[in-house]
Amino acid sequence: MSTALVTDLTIFVLALLVGIEVIGKVPATLHTPLMSASNSIHGIVLVGALLIGVTAHTAVGYILAFVAAFFAAANVVGGYVVTGRMLKMFRRKAAPAAQTAPAQQAVQEQRQESVRS
Amino acid sequence: MNTFTTNMLLVYILAAACFVVGLHLMNSPATARRGNQVSTAGMIIAVIATLVLLIHDGTVTAVGWTVLIVGTLLGSAVGLWSARAVQMTAMPQLVSMFNAVGGGAAALVAVNDYIQAESARGGVLGTTTVFTVLDVIIGSVTFSGSIIAAGKLQGLITGAPVMLKGGRAVNVGLIAITLGSAAFMLTTASLPALLVVVLGSLAFGVLMVLPIGGADMPVVISLLNSCTGIAVAMAGFVINNWGLIVAGALVGASGGILTKLMADAMNRSLANIILGGFGTGDTAVAAVVSGDAQIRSIAADDAAIQLAYASKVIIVPGYGLAAAQAQHGVAELAKLLEDRGIEVSYAIHPVAGRMPGHMNVLLAEANVPYPQLKEMDEINPEFPRADVALVIGANDVTNPAARRPGTAISGMPILDVDQAQSIIVVKRSMGTGYAGIDNELYANPKTSMYFADAKKAVAEMTAAVKTLVG
Repeated sequence: MSTALVTDLTIFVLALLVGIEVIGKVPATLHTPLMSASNSIHGIVLVGALLIGVTAHTAVGYILAFVAAFFAAANVVGGYVVTGRMLKMFRRKAAPAAQTAPAQQAVQEQRQESVRS
Repeated sequence: MNTFTTNMLLVYILAAACFVVGLHLMNSPATARRGNQVSTAGMIIAVIATLVLLIHDGTVTAVGWTVLIVGTLLGSAVGLWSARAVQMTAMPQLVSMFNAVGGGAAALVAVNDYIQAESARGGVLGTTTVFTVLDVIIGSVTFSGSIIAAGKLQGLITGAPVMLKGGRAVNVGLIAITLGSAAFMLTTASLPALLVVVLGSLAFGVLMVLPIGGADMPVVISLLNSCTGIAVAMAGFVINNWGLIVAGALVGASGGILTKLMADAMNRSLANIILGGFGTGDTAVAAVVSGDAQIRSIAADDAAIQLAYASKVIIVPGYGLAAAQAQHGVAELAKLLEDRGIEVSYAIHPVAGRMPGHMNVLLAEANVPYPQLKEMDEINPEFPRADVALVIGANDVTNPAARRPGTAISGMPILDVDQAQSIIVVKRSMGTGYAGIDNELYANPKTSMYFADAKKAVAEMTAAVKTLVG
């Protein structure tokens, strides 16, 4: 087993443990946005698709590179945009009785957002 | 390793750190948005670094650039469009489709690498072949499985479990052929063997998800999300890129934890779900509560009186509410009651909706302030003080039978709805939930049933309350 492989494995195992530790604390409220956020992070495969795509020199290679780049880009862009859209909706607002001006404004903004989306 | 490559590695580490910090910031609704921004920044850094690396390399052909740039731009456009256009209720399907393309891309990275290496050296590829094989198998299973899962949620494929005759034998055969070819690839470089592994894995993904009921789909999607992460990490091993390894492992771990949380909340084991348990989908089956239990039904006017003269109302939203798109109507009703000085809160079961936390997103979309959304442990002690518990489209999560041993849902954490002074249940029929058992709550003398589609029922109640209080 080469040193490079051992290094890779070390990084892999440590990243797994970090992932468990970081996620374990997220409240249920945020589970759907979290799934969407982690979903967009695996869009990093775009980097892989680009790096390997450039080694292609045959028709088949080009087609595979194209599809891989297409898939990965859809994953990464769509994932981040939709997560952002979801999180934008999570706003703490004052109770209606004690609604202050900024809170009103927030409601207004949200209405506009829901109209736009 | 020259200075340039070292710098690039450092940039990838920076990107990876952004992902970790971004996920960490998602611990609270207040910082979650910033978390997503940090994570986005990490991704942009990683992609730009990669482009710099490729330009610096200077070996990329014009055709190569065209193919990659057009592919990336088209993919981005499709991703952007679907993310903007999607309805919040359709979120699980979209996540599933992103899983599919992510897994597919990861598999293609390995396939492409294998083809290049095979033609260049014409020989066996050493240890990385293990990762290539794992990447191709996991990525392909995720690709086809996620498409089926999305199809089921979208209603393009029946939500009911599809049991093929001799499916188990076919599965065993597929696994044997796929693993056999994979083992062969470890000793001999062979493109036909790779093709068999890809096709076998794709078929297996379809056959794995088809027999699983629609109600279990969220758990499956979470599992496939985790699998995509692992496939991406494997792709990282194949092309020896730390960015992919770290990000993939993070997602793999987070998806794994989420999957477990979800399965726990539904009191199902993962093995049970994958191997096909009692999941019968969300189709309403005509069934009657057994025995001579009395079911009382209620009309909008009576429900309105109960609601309008209560001092504390707890709303229990479930999948039925999401399916009927009734979240805006419910928010309106709640606002009306609040304006009368009634204390309104929402009891959110961990698996309410289609994914954990999905109900929170739907209600947030309807402008419900998140402090009003109470998690199960927080709201359960409040039920005895509630004058009315309004259950909308939730079933199994309110069934007191879960407290007794010996039922299909025994041990599942439930909302103590039966502790409220009176209970109104909005439901289309007496059909059972995914557990397929009768809900004892409906036979409770304090319970009144309001048989209607959630959206229609909520609109009727709102109108009735308005008429009542003028």
